[in-house]
Amino acid sequence: MANSSVEKTKKIDATAAPMTPMSIVAPALGWLIPGAGHLIQKRFIRGALLMASIVAMFLLGLAMQGRIYKPNGGDILDILGFVGDVGAGGLYILTRANDWGQGAIAHATADYGTKFIIVAGLLNFIAVADAYHIAIGKKQ
Amino acid sequence: MNLELSHFSAAILFAVFASVVFGITQRNTSRDMIRYGLYCFAMFVGGVIVAGWVMWILRR
Repeated sequence: MANSSVEKTKKIDATAAPMTPMSIVAPALGWLIPGAGHLIQKRFIRGALLMASIVAMFLLGLAMQGRIYKPNGGDILDILGFVGDVGAGGLYILTRANDWGQGAIAHATADYGTKFIIVAGLLNFIAVADAYHIAIGKKQ
Repeated sequence: MNLELSHFSAAILFAVFASVVFGITQRNTSRDMIRYGLYCFAMFVGGVIVAGWVMWILRR
């Protein structure tokens, strides 16, 4: 009994990620500026490609009159939309600060734009997780 | 600015950007990243075409 709990503790210790300043800075910066989590770790090509893809997707969404979700406690789909949008980090903050992304219901493409913005945020979440994995040495 | 893309061109752009991110984040070596990115792009575009034909058949 006691041995098994010791083994479990050892296993957890062995798999635990080393806590380094980079393992905090890279994901935080990557969230704020898409791709920057890779750039700061000298993955320049990957960082540039991630930044170009996520920023372009977000901006295309705005150009298509996509809607930005605001914090809300109502409809579950609105909450999920907000979670997706927030993934874009600095882009979301900038958009909200400038009151962009109000969405034009009159345009059929506006719905595509809304989805582009949400997916840009969700893709940035994946990029942030990847930057973290690089920072802890799980990925090269 | 108001950009009005067709459904297909919006889907292609979506596929390009998502495939780049998937390729970079889901594989370890450069070669695997390119291969997986191309695979994802093919699946996205193929899925759009298949879904389009399925909807066309259902509509008839």
